[in-house]
Amino acid sequence: MKFAVIVFPGSNCDVDMYHAIKDELGEEVEYVWHDADHLDEFDGILLPGGFSYGDYLRSGAIARFSNVMKAIQQAAEAGKPILGVCNGFQILLEAGLLPGAMRRNHSLKFMCRPVELRVENHETMFTSMYEKDEMITIPIAHGEGNYYCDEETLKQLIDNRQIVFRYHGENPNGSLADIAGIINEKGNVLGMMPHPERAVDELLGSADGLKLFQSIVKYWREAHVVTS
Amino acid sequence: MYKVKVYVTLRENVLDPQGSAVKGALHSLSYQEVQDVRIGKFMELMIEKNDRDIEEIVRDMCEKLLANTVIEDYRYEIEEVVAQ
Repeated sequence: MKFAVIVFPGSNCDVDMYHAIKDELGEEVEYVWHDADHLDEFDGILLPGGFSYGDYLRSGAIARFSNVMKAIQQAAEAGKPILGVCNGFQILLEAGLLPGAMRRNHSLKFMCRPVELRVENHETMFTSMYEKDEMITIPIAHGEGNYYCDEETLKQLIDNRQIVFRYHGENPNGSLADIAGIINEKGNVLGMMPHPERAVDELLGSADGLKLFQSIVKYWREAHVVTS
Repeated sequence: MYKVKVYVTLRENVLDPQGSAVKGALHSLSYQEVQDVRIGKFMELMIEKNDRDIEEIVRDMCEKLLANTVIEDYRYEIEEVVAQ
């Protein structure tokens, strides 16, 4: 399986993402600059964290108009797995690929620490390797992760099981319904504030994020490798 | 030439954590009469006149980029000025 790590001016978790895929997951991966025209050769697309365009105006607001976003839109329609982490999640929200928006953390502080999450839906292409309701520890690092959507959207998210991860215990940013990660209705675009790519080895404090990437590969193998 | 002032604020029903913090600070300065503080953004644009309707252009820009209408409201003032 071949992954693309999209790099925007100001991305700063692209190297972690690349490392997670190449060294820990053992799959192919390439950096793709934000002005790329197409992503046809890639099977999975990763939008890393960081501060694209300095977070000017709003987090993700300017990156969302990058040239590569057209190709990402097409990949989303084609059903390819797309994962946005932190700033990547914010970009997916601004692009309308996921519903809702981010506000400043309710504490107004940048929060940078491991948090406990509950896997709310383990029946997605991103979470199939997790157990039902599994509790995992993944680090967060953000100042604007306070997820918001209107009541109608929240009801849809709940009814369609689109809430994939929720914060367990203390909610670090004030997000609605303790939301840490959501998926689109079709089930191939996941956005999350915690950084699974920073939790892929016990040496890093947790390897709980690795199963997320392994789930994507498992999904892709099952869909693409014909068994003889 | 038009001088356009755009004001973007969080929507009424969206909690504004910065506004709440500033309200708390004003109260601690004994301005107890302050009931609410909303913090927003102010943008000033100089826009050349063309055959498109200026209001339509400004509204489009606000909807597409300048405001995120999921959480923000916007308003604008348009003033015609002499180009310098």
